[in-house]
Amino acid sequence: MEITLTVNGRAQALELDPRTTLLDALRDHLQLTGTKKGCDHGQCGACTILLNGRRINACLTLAAMHEADEIATIEGLAPPDDPGALQAAFLHHDGFQCGYCTPGQIVSATGMLEEARAGWPSHVSPNLEAEVALDRSEVAERMSGNLCRCAAYTGIVEAILETAEQERDVEPREAAE
Amino acid sequence: MKLPAFDYACPETLDEATALLAEAGGDAKVIAGGQSLLPFMAFRLAAPSLLVDLRKIAGLDGIEVADGEIRLGAMVRWRDILDSAALARALPLLPAAIGHVAHYQIRNRGTLGGSLAHADPASEFPCIAVLCGASVDVVGAGGHRTIPADELIAGPMETTLEDDEIIVAVRFPRWPEGRRWAFDEFALRHGDLAIAAVAAAYDMDGPHIAHARVAVMGATDTPQRVPPAEDALNGRAPDDDTFGAAAAAASAAIEPTEDLHAGAAYRRALVGTLLRRALAESCAREREAAE
Ligand SMILES: Cc1cc2nc3c(=O)[nH]c(=O)nc-3n(C[C@H](O)[C@H](O)[C@H](O)COP(=O)(O)OP(=O)(O)OC[C@H]3O[C@@H](n4cnc5c(N)ncnc54)[C@H](O)[C@@H]3O)c2cc1C
Ligand code: FES
Ligand code: FES
Repeated sequence: MEITLTVNGRAQALELDPRTTLLDALRDHLQLTGTKKGCDHGQCGACTILLNGRRINACLTLAAMHEADEIATIEGLAPPDDPGALQAAFLHHDGFQCGYCTPGQIVSATGMLEEARAGWPSHVSPNLEAEVALDRSEVAERMSGNLCRCAAYTGIVEAILETAEQERDVEPREAAE
Repeated sequence: MKLPAFDYACPETLDEATALLAEAGGDAKVIAGGQSLLPFMAFRLAAPSLLVDLRKIAGLDGIEVADGEIRLGAMVRWRDILDSAALARALPLLPAAIGHVAHYQIRNRGTLGGSLAHADPASEFPCIAVLCGASVDVVGAGGHRTIPADELIAGPMETTLEDDEIIVAVRFPRWPEGRRWAFDEFALRHGDLAIAAVAAAYDMDGPHIAHARVAVMGATDTPQRVPPAEDALNGRAPDDDTFGAAAAAASAAIEPTEDLHAGAAYRRALVGTLLRRALAESCAREREAAE
Protein backbone atom coordinates (compact mmCIF):
# COMPACT_ATOMS: atom_id res chain seq x y z
CA MET A 1 0.00 0.00 0.00
CA GLU A 2 1.09 3.59 -0.57
CA ILE A 3 1.81 5.53 2.60
CA THR A 4 2.99 9.11 2.98
CA LEU A 5 5.00 9.74 6.13
CA THR A 6 6.07 13.16 7.37
CA VAL A 7 9.41 12.69 9.07
CA ASN A 8 11.52 15.56 10.39
CA GLY A 9 9.35 17.99 8.47
CA ARG A 10 9.59 16.21 5.11
CA ALA A 11 6.67 14.32 3.54
CA GLN A 12 7.72 11.19 1.64
CA ALA A 13 5.59 8.68 -0.25
CA LEU A 14 6.51 5.02 0.32
CA GLU A 15 5.24 1.72 -1.05
CA LEU A 16 5.00 -0.51 2.03
CA ASP A 17 3.58 -3.84 3.12
CA PRO A 18 0.88 -3.14 5.79
CA ARG A 19 2.97 -5.19 8.22
CA THR A 20 5.79 -2.63 8.19
CA THR A 21 6.27 -1.14 11.62
CA LEU A 22 7.08 2.54 11.84
CA LEU A 23 10.55 1.53 13.04
CA ASP A 24 11.23 -0.61 9.95
CA ALA A 25 9.86 2.14 7.70
CA LEU A 26 12.29 4.64 9.21
CA ARG A 27 15.32 2.37 9.17
CA ASP A 28 14.87 0.23 6.05
CA HIS A 29 12.87 2.52 3.76
CA LEU A 30 13.94 6.03 4.75
CA GLN A 31 17.49 5.05 5.76
CA LEU A 32 17.08 6.93 9.04
CA THR A 33 19.10 4.42 11.04
CA GLY A 34 19.59 6.65 14.08
CA THR A 35 16.45 5.12 15.60
CA LYS A 36 17.59 1.73 16.93
CA LYS A 37 15.94 -1.66 17.19
CA GLY A 38 16.68 -3.30 20.52
CA CYS A 39 13.92 -5.66 21.61
CA ASP A 40 11.28 -4.91 18.93
CA HIS A 41 8.44 -5.26 21.44
CA GLY A 42 8.25 -2.23 23.66
CA GLN A 43 10.62 -3.21 26.44
CA CYS A 44 13.78 -1.16 25.84
CA GLY A 45 12.97 2.27 24.35
CA ALA A 46 15.87 2.20 21.82
CA CYS A 47 13.32 2.99 19.08
CA THR A 48 11.82 6.06 20.79
CA ILE A 49 10.62 8.76 18.37
CA LEU A 50 8.38 11.80 18.77
CA LEU A 51 4.87 11.50 17.36
CA ASN A 52 3.28 14.96 17.23
CA GLY A 53 5.74 15.88 19.98
CA ARG A 54 5.00 12.89 22.23
CA ARG A 55 7.50 10.10 22.75
CA ILE A 56 6.42 6.62 21.61
CA ASN A 57 8.11 3.34 20.69
CA ALA A 58 8.35 3.10 16.89
CA CYS A 59 8.52 -0.73 17.06
CA LEU A 60 5.00 -0.92 18.55
CA THR A 61 3.13 0.88 15.82
CA LEU A 62 2.48 0.41 12.10
CA ALA A 63 3.69 2.90 9.50
CA ALA A 64 0.18 2.77 8.00
CA MET A 65 -1.27 4.27 11.20
CA HIS A 66 0.67 7.54 10.89
CA GLU A 67 -0.17 9.20 7.58
CA ALA A 68 -1.59 12.24 9.32
CA ASP A 69 1.16 12.64 11.93
CA GLU A 70 4.38 14.62 12.41
CA ILE A 71 7.22 12.24 13.19
CA ALA A 72 10.56 13.40 14.59
CA THR A 73 13.63 11.17 14.91
CA ILE A 74 17.06 11.74 16.42
CA GLU A 75 18.24 12.97 12.99
CA GLY A 76 15.63 15.73 13.15
CA LEU A 77 16.59 17.11 16.56
CA ALA A 78 19.87 18.79 15.54
CA PRO A 79 22.60 18.23 12.92
CA PRO A 80 25.72 16.31 14.05
CA ASP A 81 28.01 19.35 13.68
CA ASP A 82 25.71 21.51 15.80
CA PRO A 83 24.34 19.36 18.62
CA GLY A 84 21.39 20.54 20.71
CA ALA A 85 21.63 21.16 24.46
CA LEU A 86 20.72 17.58 25.42
CA GLN A 87 23.12 16.05 22.91
CA ALA A 88 25.94 18.31 24.14
CA ALA A 89 25.12 17.40 27.75
CA PHE A 90 25.23 13.65 26.92
CA LEU A 91 28.75 14.20 25.48
CA HIS A 92 29.84 16.31 28.42
CA HIS A 93 28.60 13.83 31.05
CA ASP A 94 29.54 10.60 29.24
CA GLY A 95 25.87 9.65 29.04
CA PHE A 96 26.73 6.48 27.11
CA GLN A 97 29.26 3.71 26.55
CA CYS A 98 28.49 1.71 23.39
CA GLY A 99 25.94 4.31 22.30
CA TYR A 100 23.28 1.89 21.11
CA CYS A 101 20.56 3.16 23.43
CA THR A 102 21.65 6.81 23.12
CA PRO A 103 19.38 8.06 20.30
CA GLY A 104 16.39 6.57 22.13
CA GLN A 105 17.53 8.11 25.41
CA ILE A 106 17.95 11.55 23.87
CA VAL A 107 14.64 11.52 21.98
CA SER A 108 12.87 10.15 25.06
CA ALA A 109 14.47 12.84 27.26
CA THR A 110 13.33 15.48 24.74
CA GLY A 111 9.74 14.25 25.10
CA MET A 112 10.13 13.90 28.85
CA LEU A 113 11.33 17.49 29.34
CA GLU A 114 8.30 18.64 27.35
CA GLU A 115 6.00 16.56 29.58
CA ALA A 116 7.59 18.07 32.69
CA ARG A 117 7.21 21.57 31.23
CA ALA A 118 3.53 20.85 30.60
CA GLY A 119 3.21 19.98 34.29
CA TRP A 120 2.55 16.25 33.88
CA PRO A 121 3.16 14.67 37.30
CA SER A 122 4.93 11.32 37.64
CA HIS A 123 4.48 8.48 40.09
CA VAL A 124 7.16 10.00 42.38
CA SER A 125 5.91 13.61 42.27
CA PRO A 126 5.01 14.59 45.85
CA ASN A 127 2.35 17.11 44.78
CA LEU A 128 0.18 16.50 41.73
CA GLU A 129 -0.90 20.13 41.35
CA ALA A 130 2.48 21.86 41.80
CA GLU A 131 4.99 22.66 39.07
CA VAL A 132 7.27 19.72 38.30
CA ALA A 133 10.69 19.95 39.95
CA LEU A 134 12.98 17.48 38.21
CA ASP A 135 15.46 15.73 40.45
CA ARG A 136 17.33 12.44 40.26
CA SER A 137 14.36 10.26 41.25
CA GLU A 138 11.95 12.13 38.94
CA VAL A 139 14.33 11.66 36.00
CA ALA A 140 14.89 7.98 36.80
CA GLU A 141 11.14 7.36 37.02
CA ARG A 142 10.29 9.34 33.89
CA MET A 143 13.05 7.62 31.88
CA SER A 144 12.02 4.12 33.06
CA GLY A 145 11.02 3.12 29.53
CA ASN A 146 14.62 3.43 28.27
CA LEU A 147 17.06 0.70 29.20
CA CYS A 148 20.84 1.02 28.90
CA ARG A 149 22.59 -2.32 28.61
CA CYS A 150 25.92 -0.60 29.46
CA ALA A 151 24.31 0.96 32.56
CA ALA A 152 25.46 4.49 31.76
CA TYR A 153 22.54 5.69 33.86
CA THR A 154 24.58 7.99 36.10
CA GLY A 155 25.77 10.06 33.14
CA ILE A 156 22.38 9.94 31.45
CA VAL A 157 20.62 11.35 34.52
CA GLU A 158 23.32 14.04 34.98
CA ALA A 159 23.01 15.10 31.36
CA ILE A 160 19.23 15.40 31.55
CA LEU A 161 19.31 17.27 34.86
CA GLU A 162 21.88 19.73 33.50
CA THR A 163 19.72 20.40 30.44
CA ALA A 164 16.63 20.90 32.61
CA GLU A 165 18.57 23.34 34.80
CA GLN A 166 19.84 25.30 31.81
CA GLU A 167 16.27 25.66 30.61
CA ARG A 168 15.16 26.91 34.00
CA ASP A 169 17.96 29.47 34.04
CA VAL A 170 17.18 30.73 30.56
CA GLU A 171 13.41 30.81 30.69
CA PRO A 172 12.79 33.36 33.47
CA ARG A 173 15.17 35.82 31.81
CA GLU A 174 13.43 35.39 28.47
CA ALA A 175 10.09 35.94 30.14
CA ALA A 176 11.37 39.13 31.80
CA GLU A 177 12.52 40.67 28.53
CA MET B 1 9.07 -8.28 8.75
CA LYS B 2 8.07 -10.11 11.84
CA LEU B 3 4.28 -9.84 11.86
CA PRO B 4 1.98 -12.36 10.16
CA ALA B 5 0.43 -10.99 6.94
CA PHE B 6 -2.75 -8.93 7.16
CA ASP B 7 -4.73 -6.28 5.33
CA TYR B 8 -5.21 -2.88 6.87
CA ALA B 9 -8.40 -0.80 6.89
CA CYS B 10 -9.02 2.62 8.40
CA PRO B 11 -12.77 3.29 8.28
CA GLU B 12 -14.26 6.66 9.24
CA THR B 13 -17.48 5.45 10.88
CA LEU B 14 -18.50 2.81 13.39
CA ASP B 15 -20.96 1.37 10.85
CA GLU B 16 -18.18 0.75 8.35
CA ALA B 17 -15.92 -0.67 11.06
CA THR B 18 -18.48 -3.11 12.45
CA ALA B 19 -19.46 -4.16 8.91
CA LEU B 20 -15.81 -4.97 8.13
CA LEU B 21 -15.54 -6.99 11.35
CA ALA B 22 -18.81 -8.85 10.67
CA GLU B 23 -17.76 -9.64 7.11
CA ALA B 24 -14.46 -11.13 8.27
CA GLY B 25 -16.35 -13.39 10.69
CA GLY B 26 -13.86 -13.50 13.55
CA ASP B 27 -10.78 -13.24 11.36
CA ALA B 28 -10.39 -9.48 11.79
CA LYS B 29 -9.24 -7.47 14.78
CA VAL B 30 -9.58 -3.89 15.82
CA ILE B 31 -6.34 -1.96 16.45
CA ALA B 32 -6.32 0.99 18.85
CA GLY B 33 -2.92 1.79 20.40
CA GLY B 34 -1.37 -1.46 19.18
CA GLN B 35 0.67 -1.76 22.39
CA SER B 36 -0.71 -5.21 23.22
CA LEU B 37 -1.92 -6.44 19.85
CA LEU B 38 1.34 -5.96 17.93
CA PRO B 39 3.49 -7.88 20.46
CA PHE B 40 0.76 -10.56 20.51
CA MET B 41 0.94 -10.83 16.73
CA ALA B 42 4.74 -10.87 16.77
CA PHE B 43 4.56 -13.87 19.11
CA ARG B 44 1.88 -15.45 16.87
CA LEU B 45 -0.62 -15.42 19.72
CA ALA B 46 -2.90 -13.66 17.23
CA ALA B 47 -2.84 -13.72 13.43
CA PRO B 48 -5.81 -11.69 12.16
CA SER B 49 -6.20 -11.41 8.39
CA LEU B 50 -7.48 -7.83 8.67
CA LEU B 51 -6.70 -4.99 11.08
CA VAL B 52 -9.38 -2.32 11.48
CA ASP B 53 -7.80 0.90 12.76
CA LEU B 54 -10.10 3.00 14.96
CA ARG B 55 -8.12 6.25 14.69
CA LYS B 56 -10.36 8.08 12.21
CA ILE B 57 -13.67 7.29 13.92
CA ALA B 58 -15.06 10.40 15.60
CA GLY B 59 -16.44 10.38 19.15
CA LEU B 60 -14.22 7.67 20.65
CA ASP B 61 -12.00 10.01 22.63
CA GLY B 62 -12.89 12.51 25.30
CA ILE B 63 -13.25 12.54 29.07
CA GLU B 64 -16.59 13.91 30.27
CA VAL B 65 -17.10 14.47 33.97
CA ALA B 66 -20.86 15.12 34.29
CA ASP B 67 -23.10 15.29 37.36
CA GLY B 68 -24.34 11.73 37.26
CA GLU B 69 -21.45 9.89 35.66
CA ILE B 70 -18.01 10.02 34.14
CA ARG B 71 -17.75 8.98 30.49
CA LEU B 72 -14.43 7.92 29.03
CA GLY B 73 -14.17 7.26 25.28
CA ALA B 74 -12.57 3.95 24.28
CA MET B 75 -9.64 5.71 22.58
CA VAL B 76 -8.73 7.70 25.70
CA ARG B 77 -5.03 7.02 26.25
CA TRP B 78 -3.26 6.51 29.59
CA ARG B 79 -1.59 9.87 29.07
CA ASP B 80 -5.00 11.58 28.82
CA ILE B 81 -6.17 10.02 32.09
CA LEU B 82 -3.03 11.15 33.90
CA ASP B 83 -3.36 14.63 32.37
CA SER B 84 -6.97 15.25 33.41
CA ALA B 85 -7.37 17.53 36.44
CA ALA B 86 -11.15 16.96 36.41
CA LEU B 87 -10.66 13.21 36.66
CA ALA B 88 -8.09 13.57 39.44
CA ARG B 89 -10.75 15.40 41.49
CA ALA B 90 -13.78 13.26 40.58
CA LEU B 91 -12.23 9.76 40.60
CA PRO B 92 -8.73 10.01 42.14
CA LEU B 93 -8.43 6.22 42.37
CA LEU B 94 -8.28 5.95 38.58
CA PRO B 95 -5.18 8.11 37.89
CA ALA B 96 -3.53 6.61 40.99
CA ALA B 97 -3.92 3.13 39.47
CA ILE B 98 -3.05 4.19 35.91
CA GLY B 99 0.23 5.62 37.27
CA HIS B 100 1.28 1.96 37.49
CA VAL B 101 0.61 1.19 33.81
CA ALA B 102 3.73 0.52 31.78
CA HIS B 103 6.37 3.12 30.97
CA TYR B 104 5.92 6.55 29.48
CA GLN B 105 6.24 5.82 25.75
CA ILE B 106 3.56 3.14 26.06
CA ARG B 107 1.29 5.43 28.07
CA ASN B 108 1.30 7.89 25.18
CA ARG B 109 -0.27 5.22 22.92
CA GLY B 110 -2.16 2.62 24.96
CA THR B 111 -5.95 3.06 25.21
CA LEU B 112 -8.46 2.00 27.83
CA GLY B 113 -10.68 0.29 25.23
CA GLY B 114 -7.71 -1.83 24.18
CA SER B 115 -6.92 -2.66 27.78
CA LEU B 116 -10.48 -3.85 28.49
CA ALA B 117 -10.66 -5.89 25.29
CA HIS B 118 -7.22 -7.40 25.90
CA ALA B 119 -8.33 -8.41 29.43
CA ASP B 120 -4.86 -9.09 30.77
CA PRO B 121 -5.44 -10.15 34.41
CA ALA B 122 -2.47 -7.97 35.41
CA SER B 123 -3.79 -4.73 33.93
CA GLU B 124 -5.03 -1.91 36.11
CA PHE B 125 -7.89 -0.36 34.14
CA PRO B 126 -10.18 -3.43 34.05
CA CYS B 127 -9.71 -3.85 37.80
CA ILE B 128 -10.76 -0.27 38.55
CA ALA B 129 -13.73 -0.65 36.18
CA VAL B 130 -14.83 -3.82 38.02
CA LEU B 131 -14.31 -2.25 41.44
CA CYS B 132 -16.33 0.86 40.55
CA GLY B 133 -19.15 -0.99 38.82
CA ALA B 134 -18.46 0.72 35.49
CA SER B 135 -20.61 0.07 32.39
CA VAL B 136 -19.08 -0.63 29.01
CA ASP B 137 -20.88 0.63 25.89
CA VAL B 138 -20.28 -1.51 22.81
CA VAL B 139 -21.48 -1.30 19.22
CA GLY B 140 -21.78 -4.24 16.83
CA ALA B 141 -23.16 -4.74 13.34
CA GLY B 142 -26.55 -5.51 14.90
CA GLY B 143 -26.78 -2.51 17.23
CA HIS B 144 -25.46 -1.47 20.61
CA ARG B 145 -25.58 -2.79 24.16
CA THR B 146 -24.16 -2.02 27.58
CA ILE B 147 -22.19 -4.62 29.52
CA PRO B 148 -21.23 -4.33 33.22
CA ALA B 149 -17.42 -4.40 33.40
CA ASP B 150 -17.33 -7.61 35.46
CA GLU B 151 -19.48 -9.39 32.85
CA LEU B 152 -17.27 -8.16 30.00
CA ILE B 153 -14.20 -9.88 31.45
CA ALA B 154 -14.70 -13.63 30.97
CA GLY B 155 -11.24 -14.97 31.80
CA PRO B 156 -7.55 -14.28 31.28
CA MET B 157 -7.31 -12.51 27.86
CA GLU B 158 -10.97 -13.36 27.29
CA THR B 159 -14.07 -11.20 27.01
CA THR B 160 -17.75 -11.65 26.21
CA LEU B 161 -17.43 -9.31 23.18
CA GLU B 162 -18.78 -10.67 19.89
CA ASP B 163 -16.43 -10.71 16.89
CA ASP B 164 -18.04 -7.63 15.37
CA GLU B 165 -18.34 -5.59 18.57
CA ILE B 166 -16.31 -2.48 19.32
CA ILE B 167 -16.04 -0.84 22.74
CA VAL B 168 -16.99 2.83 22.35
CA ALA B 169 -17.02 4.13 25.92
CA VAL B 170 -16.84 3.25 29.60
CA ARG B 171 -19.09 4.98 32.12
CA PHE B 172 -18.29 5.28 35.84
CA PRO B 173 -20.93 6.33 38.40
CA ARG B 174 -19.95 9.55 40.20
CA TRP B 175 -18.61 9.15 43.73
CA PRO B 176 -20.28 10.71 46.74
CA GLU B 177 -18.35 13.44 48.53
CA GLY B 178 -15.73 12.06 50.91
CA ARG B 179 -15.43 8.53 49.52
CA ARG B 180 -12.09 7.06 50.54
CA TRP B 181 -9.96 4.92 48.25
CA ALA B 182 -6.93 2.68 48.28
CA PHE B 183 -4.60 1.22 45.68
CA ASP B 184 -1.31 -0.62 45.96
CA GLU B 185 0.63 -2.82 43.61
CA PHE B 186 3.70 -5.00 43.56
CA ALA B 187 5.65 -5.43 40.31
CA LEU B 188 9.28 -6.32 39.68
CA ARG B 189 9.93 -2.75 38.53
CA HIS B 190 7.43 0.07 38.81
CA GLY B 191 5.56 0.10 35.46
CA ASP B 192 5.98 -3.62 34.81
CA LEU B 193 2.93 -5.87 34.87
CA ALA B 194 1.59 -6.45 38.39
CA ILE B 195 2.41 -9.62 40.30
CA ALA B 196 -0.47 -8.57 42.56
CA ALA B 197 -2.43 -5.39 43.19
CA VAL B 198 -5.42 -4.37 45.27
CA ALA B 199 -7.96 -1.56 45.01
CA ALA B 200 -10.62 -0.47 47.48
CA ALA B 201 -13.19 2.25 48.04
CA TYR B 202 -15.53 2.95 50.96
CA ASP B 203 -17.67 5.65 52.56
CA MET B 204 -17.82 6.69 56.21
CA ASP B 205 -21.19 6.41 57.97
CA GLY B 206 -20.36 8.29 61.16
CA PRO B 207 -17.46 6.40 62.72
CA HIS B 208 -18.08 3.28 60.63
CA ILE B 209 -17.16 2.03 57.19
CA ALA B 210 -20.01 1.61 54.69
CA HIS B 211 -20.36 0.55 51.04
CA ALA B 212 -16.92 -1.07 51.03
CA ARG B 213 -15.62 -2.47 47.79
CA VAL B 214 -12.40 -4.43 47.49
CA ALA B 215 -10.87 -5.84 44.29
CA VAL B 216 -7.79 -7.87 43.48
CA MET B 217 -5.85 -8.11 40.20
CA GLY B 218 -2.66 -9.72 39.00
CA ALA B 219 -2.95 -12.45 41.61
CA THR B 220 -6.10 -14.04 40.19
CA ASP B 221 -7.08 -15.08 36.66
CA THR B 222 -9.44 -12.10 36.32
CA PRO B 223 -9.77 -8.79 38.17
CA GLN B 224 -12.46 -9.46 40.76
CA ARG B 225 -14.20 -8.14 43.82
CA VAL B 226 -13.59 -9.97 47.10
CA PRO B 227 -16.88 -9.96 49.09
CA PRO B 228 -15.46 -11.50 52.32
CA ALA B 229 -12.98 -8.60 52.58
CA GLU B 230 -15.81 -6.13 51.99
CA ASP B 231 -17.87 -7.78 54.76
CA ALA B 232 -14.89 -7.48 57.10
CA LEU B 233 -14.87 -3.71 56.54
CA ASN B 234 -18.55 -2.75 56.54
CA GLY B 235 -19.89 -1.52 59.87
CA ARG B 236 -16.45 -1.42 61.50
CA ALA B 237 -14.17 1.44 62.49
CA PRO B 238 -11.33 2.17 60.02
CA ASP B 239 -8.48 0.98 62.24
CA ASP B 240 -5.60 -1.47 62.12
CA ASP B 241 -7.69 -4.36 63.49
CA THR B 242 -10.37 -3.93 60.85
CA PHE B 243 -7.83 -3.57 58.07
CA GLY B 244 -5.95 -6.64 59.31
CA ALA B 245 -9.17 -8.65 59.32
CA ALA B 246 -10.04 -7.50 55.78
CA ALA B 247 -6.53 -8.37 54.60
CA ALA B 248 -6.77 -11.87 56.13
CA ALA B 249 -10.21 -12.36 54.57
CA ALA B 250 -8.93 -11.35 51.13
CA SER B 251 -5.91 -13.65 51.38
CA ALA B 252 -8.13 -16.57 52.35
CA ALA B 253 -10.83 -15.92 49.75
CA ILE B 254 -8.82 -15.68 46.52
CA GLU B 255 -7.65 -18.47 44.25
CA PRO B 256 -4.17 -17.21 43.38
CA THR B 257 -2.53 -17.91 40.04
CA GLU B 258 0.95 -19.28 39.68
CA ASP B 259 3.60 -18.39 37.08
CA LEU B 260 7.34 -17.99 36.76
CA HIS B 261 7.27 -14.71 38.70
CA ALA B 262 5.50 -15.99 41.81
CA GLY B 263 3.83 -19.02 43.37
CA ALA B 264 0.30 -19.16 44.74
CA ALA B 265 1.27 -18.97 48.42
CA TYR B 266 3.41 -15.90 47.77
CA ARG B 267 0.64 -14.15 45.88
CA ARG B 268 -1.86 -14.99 48.64
CA ALA B 269 0.39 -13.40 51.26
CA LEU B 270 1.16 -10.44 49.00
CA VAL B 271 -2.54 -9.61 48.54
CA GLY B 272 -3.00 -9.44 52.32
CA THR B 273 0.05 -7.23 52.82
CA LEU B 274 -0.91 -4.89 49.96
CA LEU B 275 -4.50 -4.55 51.15
CA ARG B 276 -3.54 -3.79 54.75
CA ARG B 277 -1.03 -1.19 53.55
CA ALA B 278 -3.37 0.40 51.03
CA LEU B 279 -6.24 0.69 53.53
CA ALA B 280 -3.96 2.26 56.13
CA GLU B 281 -2.87 4.77 53.51
CA SER B 282 -6.50 5.62 52.71
CA CYS B 283 -6.81 6.88 56.30
CA ALA B 284 -3.45 8.63 56.32
CA ARG B 285 -4.51 10.50 53.17
CA GLU B 286 -7.70 11.67 54.97
CA ARG B 287 -5.67 12.90 57.93
CA GLU B 288 -3.28 14.79 55.65
CA ALA B 289 -6.17 16.40 53.78
CA ALA B 290 -7.77 17.47 57.07
CA GLU B 291 -4.58 19.17 58.26
C1 LIG C 1 6.29 -3.23 27.74
C2 LIG C 1 4.82 -3.12 28.03
C3 LIG C 1 4.39 -3.01 29.35
C4 LIG C 1 3.03 -2.89 29.66
N1 LIG C 1 2.66 -2.79 30.97
C5 LIG C 1 1.34 -2.66 31.27
C6 LIG C 1 0.90 -2.54 32.63
O1 LIG C 1 1.70 -2.50 33.56
N2 LIG C 1 -0.43 -2.46 32.85
C7 LIG C 1 -1.36 -2.46 31.83
O2 LIG C 1 -2.55 -2.34 32.09
N3 LIG C 1 -0.97 -2.57 30.56
C8 LIG C 1 0.35 -2.68 30.25
N4 LIG C 1 0.72 -2.80 28.94
C9 LIG C 1 -0.34 -2.86 27.91
C10 LIG C 1 -0.78 -1.49 27.45
O3 LIG C 1 -1.38 -0.77 28.50
C11 LIG C 1 -1.75 -1.59 26.27
O4 LIG C 1 -1.74 -0.33 25.71
C12 LIG C 1 -3.19 -1.94 26.54
O5 LIG C 1 -3.34 -3.10 27.27
C13 LIG C 1 -3.93 -2.16 25.23
O6 LIG C 1 -4.28 -0.98 24.67
P1 LIG C 1 -4.02 -0.67 23.13
O7 LIG C 1 -4.81 0.54 22.83
O8 LIG C 1 -2.59 -0.60 22.87
O9 LIG C 1 -4.73 -1.91 22.42
P2 LIG C 1 -4.33 -2.73 21.12
O10 LIG C 1 -3.00 -3.35 21.29
O11 LIG C 1 -4.56 -1.91 19.92
O12 LIG C 1 -5.46 -3.85 21.20
C14 LIG C 1 -5.48 -4.83 22.22
C15 LIG C 1 -6.67 -5.74 22.01
O13 LIG C 1 -7.88 -5.03 22.20
C16 LIG C 1 -8.68 -5.02 21.03
N5 LIG C 1 -9.29 -3.69 20.99
C17 LIG C 1 -8.63 -2.50 21.05
N6 LIG C 1 -9.50 -1.48 21.11
C18 LIG C 1 -10.74 -2.03 21.09
C19 LIG C 1 -12.06 -1.49 21.13
N7 LIG C 1 -12.29 -0.17 21.23
N8 LIG C 1 -13.11 -2.35 21.09
C20 LIG C 1 -12.89 -3.69 21.00
N9 LIG C 1 -11.67 -4.25 20.97
C21 LIG C 1 -10.60 -3.44 21.01
C22 LIG C 1 -7.76 -5.37 19.90
O14 LIG C 1 -8.44 -6.01 18.86
C23 LIG C 1 -6.78 -6.30 20.60
O15 LIG C 1 -7.31 -7.59 20.69
C24 LIG C 1 2.07 -2.90 28.61
C25 LIG C 1 2.49 -2.99 27.27
C26 LIG C 1 3.85 -3.10 26.97
C27 LIG C 1 4.28 -3.20 25.55
S1 FES D 1 13.00 -1.73 20.03
FE1 FES D 1 11.19 -0.64 20.47
S2 FES D 1 11.14 -0.71 22.61
FE2 FES D 1 12.83 -1.98 22.17
S1 FES E 1 25.31 3.03 26.06
FE1 FES E 1 25.33 0.94 25.59
S2 FES E 1 23.27 0.41 25.85
FE2 FES E 1 23.33 2.39 26.66
